[in-house]
Amino acid sequence: MKTLFRHLRAYALESVLGPLFKLLEAMFELFVPLVVADIVDRGIASSDRGAVLRGFCILIALGIIGIVCSITAQYFAAKASVGCATRLRRDLYAHIEALSFSDLDKIGIPTLITRLTGDLNTVQSGLNLALRLLLRSPFVVFGAMIMAFTIDRRAAMIFLAVIAVLGAVVAVIMRASVPAYKKVQSELDAITGTTRENLSGARVIRAFRMEESERDKFASHNDALYRRQLFAGRISALMNPLTFVILNTGIILLLRTSGIRVNAGGLTTGQTVALYNYMTQILVELVKFANLIISISKAVSCMNRVDEVLAAEPAMTFPDAAPEEDPAAPAVEFRGAGLRYSAGDASLTDMSFRIERGETVGVIGGTGSGKTSLVALIPRFYDATEGEVLVNGVDVRKYPADVLRRKIGYVLQRASLFKGTIRSNLLWGSPEAGEEEIAAALAFAQAADVVASKEDGLDSAVEQGGRNFSGGQRQRLTIARALVRRPEILILDDSASALDFATDASLRRALASLDYKPTTVIVSQRTSSIQHADKIIVLDDGRIAGIGRHDELLETCPVYREIYDSQYRKEA
Amino acid sequence: MEKKQKTPVRRETWRRLLAYLRASLPILVLTILFAGATVVLSLWIPVLCGRAIDCMIGPGHVDFDGIAECLVKIGIAAGLVGILQWAMNSLNNRITYRVIADVRRDAFNTLARLPLSYIDTHPHGGTVSRVIADVDQFADGLLLGFTQFFTGIATIVCTLVFMLTIHPLITLVVVVLTPLSLFVASFIAKRTYDMFRLQSETRGELTAQINEVVGNQPVVRAFSKEEDCLAQFDEINGRLEKCSLRAIFFSSITNPSTRFINNVVYAAVALFGAFAVIDGGMTVGGLTSFLAYANQYTKPFNEISGVITELQNALACAERIFALIDEPVETSDKPHAVDLAGARGEVRAEHVDFSYVPERELIRDLDLTVRPGERVAIVGPTGCGKTTIINLLMRFYDVKSGAIRVDGHDIRDARRDSLHGVYGMVLQDTWIMKGTVRDNIRMGRDATEDEIVAAAKAAHAHSFIRRLPEGYDTVIDDDGGALSAGQRQLLCIARVMLAIPPMLILDEATSSIDTRTEMKIQNAFATLMRGRTSFIVAHRLSTIREADIILVMNAGRIVEKGTHDELLARGGFYAKLWGAQFESAGA
Repeated sequence: MKTLFRHLRAYALESVLGPLFKLLEAMFELFVPLVVADIVDRGIASSDRGAVLRGFCILIALGIIGIVCSITAQYFAAKASVGCATRLRRDLYAHIEALSFSDLDKIGIPTLITRLTGDLNTVQSGLNLALRLLLRSPFVVFGAMIMAFTIDRRAAMIFLAVIAVLGAVVAVIMRASVPAYKKVQSELDAITGTTRENLSGARVIRAFRMEESERDKFASHNDALYRRQLFAGRISALMNPLTFVILNTGIILLLRTSGIRVNAGGLTTGQTVALYNYMTQILVELVKFANLIISISKAVSCMNRVDEVLAAEPAMTFPDAAPEEDPAAPAVEFRGAGLRYSAGDASLTDMSFRIERGETVGVIGGTGSGKTSLVALIPRFYDATEGEVLVNGVDVRKYPADVLRRKIGYVLQRASLFKGTIRSNLLWGSPEAGEEEIAAALAFAQAADVVASKEDGLDSAVEQGGRNFSGGQRQRLTIARALVRRPEILILDDSASALDFATDASLRRALASLDYKPTTVIVSQRTSSIQHADKIIVLDDGRIAGIGRHDELLETCPVYREIYDSQYRKEA
Repeated sequence: MEKKQKTPVRRETWRRLLAYLRASLPILVLTILFAGATVVLSLWIPVLCGRAIDCMIGPGHVDFDGIAECLVKIGIAAGLVGILQWAMNSLNNRITYRVIADVRRDAFNTLARLPLSYIDTHPHGGTVSRVIADVDQFADGLLLGFTQFFTGIATIVCTLVFMLTIHPLITLVVVVLTPLSLFVASFIAKRTYDMFRLQSETRGELTAQINEVVGNQPVVRAFSKEEDCLAQFDEINGRLEKCSLRAIFFSSITNPSTRFINNVVYAAVALFGAFAVIDGGMTVGGLTSFLAYANQYTKPFNEISGVITELQNALACAERIFALIDEPVETSDKPHAVDLAGARGEVRAEHVDFSYVPERELIRDLDLTVRPGERVAIVGPTGCGKTTIINLLMRFYDVKSGAIRVDGHDIRDARRDSLHGVYGMVLQDTWIMKGTVRDNIRMGRDATEDEIVAAAKAAHAHSFIRRLPEGYDTVIDDDGGALSAGQRQLLCIARVMLAIPPMLILDEATSSIDTRTEMKIQNAFATLMRGRTSFIVAHRLSTIREADIILVMNAGRIVEKGTHDELLARGGFYAKLWGAQFESAGA
């Protein structure tokens, strides 16, 4: 909540004025029964039509003041809540961009997206309601009681009792219904999950003939949801009847006491009418307040979830100044580097090797052998938990993030593009790239025909995630994106998996002919993709099983030999 | 406004809604009766209160017997209202939740049978939100409609009657002024509609940007694009702020405005009522009841206008849900459809034409004969239509013309589930169901623990499964996370190992598995494939070398057909592909 209040401070004026005008409105509303009492006692009792007319004018004036005050209040409340949510959203977004990958992995991407969208929307409407109504309802309830006290002390004691009992009943019912509604929500989540699965897994579910069992699964969740909704509904169904009965009990007591007081001359008829009117006002406001508390508590729990994310300190810090590089040092060097993700066994152990400038290095190994983890250490997506990783002779932790990452052209395993055009995607590599550089990068990445096949060429639209391109087209475009920046170090993390052999081979040939000779790291599962590398690093279960050239490794490294044989069993 | 909405579509929606309500009709009638009774009784209370006040004329002039009689009646009325209201609320809940459950069930039953052409072309999020969010919204509207619409109407009618019995002229004042608040509410709603639409569009735009950038953080960081993405976000966020503020503020004028009109009505009743009392046409107690009525009379109008918006929304949701329910589902099996169980595995394609979109023809005049137990490898460059063949074999899509036959039966004449049953399938996009690893291997099949472990072992998945935190009981889902791409694929293979169907479809089954594991799996597959008709799609030519028939595809057409040796000898497209694998980079 602290962050919310910090942002609210920027809207201090609005968030004070909003509730204030709302209170003003409520205050004028409280005068209404008094005015009516006056009409009864002075106007009617002495048949004074002037007094009645005066009372009428005051009522209309109160109404006008009321509408002006409340519209003003609505404006300030809307401005403060929308503004606050906008700032919070920005804060959270920037914070997510600053979090390290280990943090992101821990929290999970879908969770983060929910925090940024649904949760913050709930916070916004909760805040808006709170600014408008949180003070108003208690004010009216207690204001009515105080007004009652100014009219008649004995009658007012009934107010006190009714408010206490009503408050208690409303609180108990609400408290009881919260866990019931939580259970409803969890069942609803299960239904959502099953529905989504039946779309995303339609092929598999049908191929395995699971339609029947999926239908049963959905039906059983659906039934459970029905029962839980009924249960929760049964609790909240008590609210209105109970409060109605309590209030009317209060009215009965009030009328009885008033009768005695009027008889004794301590109370006028007009005042009795006023007390009766105040009593009916209380109920309306209390019920409003109860609903308000529900909405606000929802918003508070959303805000707490947002706060949790904001509280996660970025585990990685970057220096501001670029370090002095050693021109003689190898482009990349691992010195006893190890990596252990927060939970689980070490992914990488004791990695030591050097990659000289301009060299092409292949990384090969089985599934889960740590290939992706290894290359992710170079742009410092993760910090080595042991040893160190150096680029140009400097520990990667001494580089500012963008200085380090600008040296690297990184092509990820999952080829994703961003909404925009082909050109806007390629410009990610280098915002200044000209037409020629783009064309060259496309040619090297074997992606020229992808662009040529589109009607609008470079300006063809790319949909979200690049889903209007096939996997192979996306891969080639992401390679082109990395080449546009003419990187010092080019990392291809299994980036040719969706390419057929002919294209893969042309790509390898093209990369080898790049005029700026980048240091190239190719991660692959195919020996054919890396066998001509200057150096091949063979990984096995997070450890280096061998380093050397293709023919050396065939002699000395049994793991490599096995991989190779599995691919060239007969002919090779 | 209301008249405009009663288009035929709306009427149809109403009709179907009522059909869902038919089973609850007796309860529905009961709740309406209860609602009526509740309203009458609770409106009687202000009259009684007014009478009690009339018993208090002044000091020494208080009729205590009269007050006592009124108070007892108030007590009885309040008690009855409490009981009836509770019963009504409970019954309403029952009706509403029953309808929701029924609608969801129907929606899901359609969804589970939607043709893949629908699933592939409609965003899943939209379909999910119909089944979940729309049904919820529609339920909320329905619930509100039930509890407030009937009581609202009843309150208006009864109040009118009660007021008329007290003083007809002042009643006229109330009746004339009240519709103003309705008018104001609908005026504002109409003006703000566009603002809300703009808000939800902008919100959608922002969500899309968030999804893309937050979901692709590695790329964003690798290219140091954090600042640019933030700037883009800021721009949309700023627009959202502006249009949200407008929408929220202008719509929030509604309440103060209608409340103001209520206050005017209230003041008018006080004025004319007081005059009437002075002229002797009414008592002070009568005025008190009247003022209470003036408040209550306007309230249901406001509620009903709220309910109308809610109901409109609910109807729009209902329309979307019914549209989903009405979506044409996969054609049902023909009567006396053939059961393919135990098929020998002979597959024939005869003059098959196919395209996803009419303007782009993909497969033309495909002819193919596969004898039982033969292995068919489908190869070719990316996007050449290899996965399309699988869509057709499994009848995920129907052919445009021609026919595909299994054991001589046109698959359109066979029972769909029996067709699916004869194939074991491992797809390129591995899909994991939320559940335990065990459930993911079983896939709804009855299997003993030993059989499951044996299948996992055969797929080389056993060793990594054992290392998972809870072994076979580890809960996994499609977000992956816990499993690497390769492990997911091994799991998918284990599924097929358990099912042992007579025919196999393997679509890039090995693309994310390292070659060592792949070799082991292939040994297992070789055993599995023995005597089984198999279709294999793969880029890795070494894995399909032993195929009996190789289909070489390019641009949707089968360009070559034959064994590995034949095709190499021919020196055509296949030979070129094959050569590429051994071509040396940079050499």
